[in-house]
Formats: sequence, structure tokens, C-alpha cells
Amino acid sequence: MSRFASASDAELVRGCRAGEQEAWNELVERYSRYVYAIAVRGFRLSEEDAEDVFQDVFTRVYTRLDSLRDDSALRPWIAQLTRRRCLDAIAARREVTAEELAEEGSTDLTDVEEAFEVREALATLSGNCQDILDRFFARDQSYKTIADELEIPSGTIASRIARCLGRLREQLEGRNPAGEGSRE
Amino acid sequence: MTRINDEERLGVLLRILRPAPRGWVEAAQELPGARRTFDEIVSRAEADLAFRAALVDDLEQALAAEGYEPDRRLLDEIRARLDES
Repeated sequence: MSRFASASDAELVRGCRAGEQEAWNELVERYSRYVYAIAVRGFRLSEEDAEDVFQDVFTRVYTRLDSLRDDSALRPWIAQLTRRRCLDAIAARREVTAEELAEEGSTDLTDVEEAFEVREALATLSGNCQDILDRFFARDQSYKTIADELEIPSGTIASRIARCLGRLREQLEGRNPAGEGSRE
Repeated sequence: MTRINDEERLGVLLRILRPAPRGWVEAAQELPGARRTFDEIVSRAEADLAFRAALVDDLEQALAAEGYEPDRRLLDEIRARLDES
């Protein structure tokens, strides 16, 4: 495991500025799903356009890291870069108006933001829980595939998923005690 | 953050952040090396007029002749830089 795996965003940024390849690898790993989800789910880009946006966003992050004023504000900065590039890509295709896109995109991006926070909570669970929840939900693997690849009885998969989901929920509740932090 | 008490909702949120294609992630992770290659090629082109002329004449062939194997994005960037100067 990379020594930056549990680093804060600010530590990652400092590592990247110092030219540490491991820090950059972790930054890309940490935000790759986020950028991808904004492009594909939020803005419904084609895979071809999404790939261009994806690479361009990380190129900009890498080349403009010195312009980031608050090292801990990496996520909103990446989100902003990605949104802008998605809108550019769509404008270039002239498929729909920018107004329609903004409305559609903003609704879905709320989910993406929430999903990112769930993944942050997921990262605090055991490796086994992270793995099984990711395989089942994010990678669409069947019980059989999970059982085969993890070499565990397929009859225990459902209960393991339920148990890990329960732990994830507890973790989220612990981060967010009643009455605090709600966006509602 | 929004309070999440519903495990069904958790499942929905876990499905949103799907893995990006592995090749995209690896290409992004290789950016530092690609940037070094870009900087090196641009520096050489600025210092060596013959090299620059070769790049303008046939970018891919000139780079291949020098042992570079840039991807499409890097080629586009070098082309843009040559057009600027």
C-alpha cells in the first residue's frame, strides 16, 4: 500500500508539489472515480468525450497545482475543473443548451458529492468490507464471482454485504451525529 | 453531509462512483513522466533549429527517430506549442 494512502488531501498536494510520484498516483486514484462520475453520470458525456475530459482535468491539476490557494480544498477545485471541461466538451458538440445542461448536471452532482463522502467513510472500514461492497455495488459483480475471487462460500455473501453496509451506516452516523451537518 | 440512515440509499450511492477505465487512470498517473518528455522536447526544439524544423515537417516521424513514443495528447500539445512559437 502506498504511504500516501491515508494522507489528507493537503498532504497529497504537498507531496505532488515536491515531485513525489507516489503522491500523484494516490491523488489520481482517489479522484479518478469522482471525475469519471461527474463526466459520465452528471453530464452524461460519451465515453470518448469523458476520456478527453478525464485526461485534461488531471493534466490541469498537475500543471496548475501551484495555483491552488488552499491545499485542503482539492475536491472542490477538481470538481470545478471537471464541470468546466464537461461544459466545454458539450458546447463543442452543440448537443443541448448550456442552461439545460446546468440544470441536469447540478441535480446529479449532488448525488456524486454525497457518494464521495460515502466512499470516504467506506475507506475507514476493514479491507474486507471495502472490497466486498465495492465489488458488489460499484463493480456489479455477482455473488458467485465475489465468492470465487475471494474464495469464500457464496452462501455467506449476502450476510457479509449486509453486515458491512451496517458498519458503513454506523460509520456515517458517527461522523455525523444527530442534528449536525445535515444539508437539509 | 447528508445523513444517511437507509442502507438501500447507501447502496445507490456506492453504485455512483464506479471505477474509471484502468487505462485512463494509468495514463493520468503517467502524467509527470509525460510532462518531463514534453519539456525536454520543447527545450530541444528551442535550442536546435534543425530538430525544430524536423518536428514541424513530420512530428511523429521526427520524434520516433529520436526514440520518443509520445501518445496522442502529447503530440497535440507539442503541435500546439510549435504553432505558437
